[in-house]
Amino acid sequence: MSDIIKIKDEYLLKLKDDLDLNNINQIKSELFGKTGKISNEFKKMGSMSPDIRKKFASDLNAIKDELQKTIEKKIKDIEIKEIIQKLQNEKVDVTLPERSFKRGKIHPVSQVIDEISSIFSEIGFSVAEGPDVENEYNNFTALNTPDNHPARDMHDTFYLDDNKEYLLRTHTSPVQVRTMLGGKPPFKVIAPGRTYRSDSDQTHAPMFHQVEGLHIDKNINMGHLKGCLNYFIKEFFEIDKIKMRFRPSHFPFTEPSAEVDIGYRLKDGKIIIGEGDKWLEILGCGMVHPNVLKNVKVDPQKYQGYAFGMGIDRLAMLKYGINDLRAFFETDYRWLNHFGFDPLDVPSNYRGLSR
Amino acid sequence: MKFTINWLKEHLDTKLDDQKIIDKLTSIGLEVESFESQSSELDKFIVAKILKAEKHPNADRLKLCDVDIGQKEKVKVVCGAPNAKNDLLTVYAPPGATIPKSQTKLSVSKIRGVTSYGMLCSESELKLSNESEGIITLSPTKYSKQVGKKYFVNKNQKVVDLSITPNRADCLGVRGIARDLAAAGAGKLKNKNKSKINFSGLNKIKVKITNDKNQGCTKFGSLLIKGIKNTESPKWLKEKILSLGQKPISAVVDVTNYVMMDLNRPLHAYDADKIDKGIIVRNSKKGESFEALDNKKYLLGDNMCVISDASGVLGLGGIIGGVRSGTELNTKNILLESAYFKPKSIRSTSKILNLDTDAKYRFERGIDPNSIEDGLIKAAELIQNICGGTISKINITKKEKSNHKAIKFPIDLFNNTTGFKVEVRGMTKILSDLGFLVKKNKKDLNLKVPSWRPDILQPIDIVEEIVRIKGYDRIKTELPEKTRNKQTLNARQKLFHFLQRSVASKGYYETVTWSFTDSKINELFKEEKHEVKIVNPISSDLNVLRSSIFSNLIFYLKKNLDRDVKDISLFEIGPIFSGKKPGQQQIVIAGIKSGMISRLNWIEKERKVDVFDAKRDVMQTLIETGLDDKKFHINSNAPNYYHPGKSGAIYQDSKSNYPIAFFGEIHPNINQKLQIKTEALILFEIFLDKIELHKNKLKDQKNKYEYSDFQKSERDFAFIIDKNLNVQELVKIIYEIDNNLIKNVKVFDLYEGENIPSDKKSIALNVTIQSLKKSLNDKDLEKINNLIISTVESKTGAKIRS
Repeated sequence: MSDIIKIKDEYLLKLKDDLDLNNINQIKSELFGKTGKISNEFKKMGSMSPDIRKKFASDLNAIKDELQKTIEKKIKDIEIKEIIQKLQNEKVDVTLPERSFKRGKIHPVSQVIDEISSIFSEIGFSVAEGPDVENEYNNFTALNTPDNHPARDMHDTFYLDDNKEYLLRTHTSPVQVRTMLGGKPPFKVIAPGRTYRSDSDQTHAPMFHQVEGLHIDKNINMGHLKGCLNYFIKEFFEIDKIKMRFRPSHFPFTEPSAEVDIGYRLKDGKIIIGEGDKWLEILGCGMVHPNVLKNVKVDPQKYQGYAFGMGIDRLAMLKYGINDLRAFFETDYRWLNHFGFDPLDVPSNYRGLSR
Repeated sequence: MKFTINWLKEHLDTKLDDQKIIDKLTSIGLEVESFESQSSELDKFIVAKILKAEKHPNADRLKLCDVDIGQKEKVKVVCGAPNAKNDLLTVYAPPGATIPKSQTKLSVSKIRGVTSYGMLCSESELKLSNESEGIITLSPTKYSKQVGKKYFVNKNQKVVDLSITPNRADCLGVRGIARDLAAAGAGKLKNKNKSKINFSGLNKIKVKITNDKNQGCTKFGSLLIKGIKNTESPKWLKEKILSLGQKPISAVVDVTNYVMMDLNRPLHAYDADKIDKGIIVRNSKKGESFEALDNKKYLLGDNMCVISDASGVLGLGGIIGGVRSGTELNTKNILLESAYFKPKSIRSTSKILNLDTDAKYRFERGIDPNSIEDGLIKAAELIQNICGGTISKINITKKEKSNHKAIKFPIDLFNNTTGFKVEVRGMTKILSDLGFLVKKNKKDLNLKVPSWRPDILQPIDIVEEIVRIKGYDRIKTELPEKTRNKQTLNARQKLFHFLQRSVASKGYYETVTWSFTDSKINELFKEEKHEVKIVNPISSDLNVLRSSIFSNLIFYLKKNLDRDVKDISLFEIGPIFSGKKPGQQQIVIAGIKSGMISRLNWIEKERKVDVFDAKRDVMQTLIETGLDDKKFHINSNAPNYYHPGKSGAIYQDSKSNYPIAFFGEIHPNINQKLQIKTEALILFEIFLDKIELHKNKLKDQKNKYEYSDFQKSERDFAFIIDKNLNVQELVKIIYEIDNNLIKNVKVFDLYEGENIPSDKKSIALNVTIQSLKKSLNDKDLEKINNLIISTVESKTGAKIRS
């Protein structure tokens, strides 16, 4: 009896040491191997008297269980320790840079075209297009700007042939002509696109962007024009209050014609739209001239409506605080990165136009 | 158009203050560009503060001062004044300023080896006193907040600068502006002064207008003033001329200019003694020439309207006079011309000769043909007042009668166009004030248009007159209706916007470049396309419309590389051109990527960009737009600017006649020619207009949703095939064996080299096999396995690698 208690005590003590799996296996075989100490004790039982044996067996089994449990626990402890150790060793510096990912950018002009389209979509306009190369008729004559009209001087035109028959459109207005010649009223379209004038300095680029608007129906008057532009400007600049001024002007293809100014003030060299006592011209508009309607086979006795045209680049500059028009077209990677938009940032009405 | 408020008040009786007048002008369509004093030479002198005055390093009696002139940068000024010291407020003159006393113009100069930007001034230098001992000392209480501001108050009268639209010829004279203001309620138009001229004698210089075809002159009025003493203009006239920023010349010339500005009535004065016999207004003949008052000689073409005498051309009618008959200070007798020239004739002549004058500007917009006499009388009277002389009777030669246009104006048109009502009485008042003769006739107004309004041609023009005088603020704001009858974008426009953002999401920065480019670079990307030249390019390196977007992308890529940006991905979506006619263009999206992937990366291996990066970006983009890549056909027929061995063309399906996209590495020759310094350069382009759009929406194109829960098996194969056989072919053959069972074929290895004949390659494929109907057993799988091997071997001559 005392033997087995001695074995127990001896090994329980041993198992308290800092052991590794090999040591444990060693202990296991010392105890439970073929000639292990516990195994040997079991062998002794055969020669014992039944009454002693019963007690001995029960004691020995208890000791065996205790030792086995202790060993198992010890193994588990070691395993846990090893895992902890392993995880410790696998630790990385998570402040190291992540794997590379590159998302591109959308150019401010494209973003603003999407914003404009989104706003006009709400009030029922669809998007029309026309070619960059136009003929003289669509760009000027049909728009009530015959040759020898001084208004042609305001457009420094790029020509593609010596007869001045083909040219790069100087405004998006020829899309009006194409739209009306190609369909039947009512018309309600906007036409964003590239436009060209042979003019190049700090504030002029030989190519720029305009958006044309055209709404022709029965009973469309200047009040609708005012309402439409008022709505657009408010939505575009995403402000509740906008100071806006219509003043008479002249374009050969509209009569009456107007230019629209918005109020602004300067704060630390930045333009703040919607307040202040300074005026900034942002677009030209008017009621489509009856001569234009006649030219595109629309009866001015039955139909009338308005048209407008504005500079997209300029709108982008005002909204996003970009000072230099020329930079739009210079493809400076740093500029594109700074002023460009995330492609996931699609302007929409419910999320707001801009973030 | 420039004028002063005082000048305006010679024609307008008004109680409004200056600002109210300015606001009124803009509100009736006469846009005020500016309202400020004519700049003065003295504006350049600025209040400044010496921040630091140190001894000049090379001169004992000079000081070197850091001066605050109210700008970001301080300036260094060398100064000899004993009183120059720290914190002194004084007056600074920048380079370019003229010192009043010495009349010398300052420039940046080195004084004893130190550069001095401008100077600090003494009172005597500014002619304020004789004090020349030191520089001006300004009192800190009054001037400490004025640093950077003008020292002298500009006492010049404020000048209104109007931007007159081309239709408003009548407002190129002060009286016309006054009339508009009066109509708008800003005051009362004063009556014309009654002339007190004593006409004596006949104008003996005969004027003849020939019957040439397209004669540019229809009416020619003139008078003679004899025995004048031409002189400098009196002060009041000089001041008027100066206030407009023009130079006074002589009384005769200044008076004609003054009347032009005042009444919008261009005149011309000839030295009558230099006219050979009479005046003949006729068309020029090619080869004639004359020396104009701008001291240039002009060679004329056929059919330009000239004023001539017996010896030849005197001047171009309505544009510019000639030196031969010009007036001088010693001129005794003058012939004063007041004529009407047709806008069209003026415009075509001045365009051909590239001549722009104040008279031309006015005639081409349309001058009042009935102002001929008013102009002559006003000018003659002024000249007589200043220079003396006797005035002859007026002589008028006419070719055409000028009739007043009549317009029948339907009263309703106003309300229908503007959306608000104005009483007939109000309309009549406005129109009468503007010079119309108005008669009401039931629902119309019968109008006679004043002769000074060539722009008024039809009823809609009358609407504009009334509404602009009433004020655009009277127009109501109608809320827009939120109904949509048509989709905002059509399918192709949607594709445009989708592709744009799809490419951007793959790391490319969108750029917008000119639609034109340098023909020398365009040449490299043009292939057989027609070159489209611009007749009048902005510069010789932007002389053709682009045949491809790459010429510009490459150009700007190089610029960025030169700025030391290393790995660049750019794209543009826009037109390319194949001809000079409308419609000979198509929309392309083109991308370009240079350099390395994972450059200087601690975790990823860096490598050059290659053809398969280009292919990934273009394929993924096309797939995202909803195209079925399983139907695509790819071959290596890319244009010649791509690397011939590392580029491809994508066709929407195997039957397509034209590709929808190209991708690949750039041709090394182009890289070399353009000296692009980067490790590698890849390109792709997608031709939007070539993509065939499905009739149905994406949701309607999809098959019924079917899936299989039966066991899926994967088998690997390695085939040794001809090097020239496309993997595309191999994969297609396998799919076609059993479209129902073969779910996926994946290429996972390409091997060439040892153990493989040099004309062969080994392709390893992983094939996924799954049935919709049952679990495949070993026998079924074995069957399909063998079928794959035998089919591939028989169709391609491949051998399975064991």
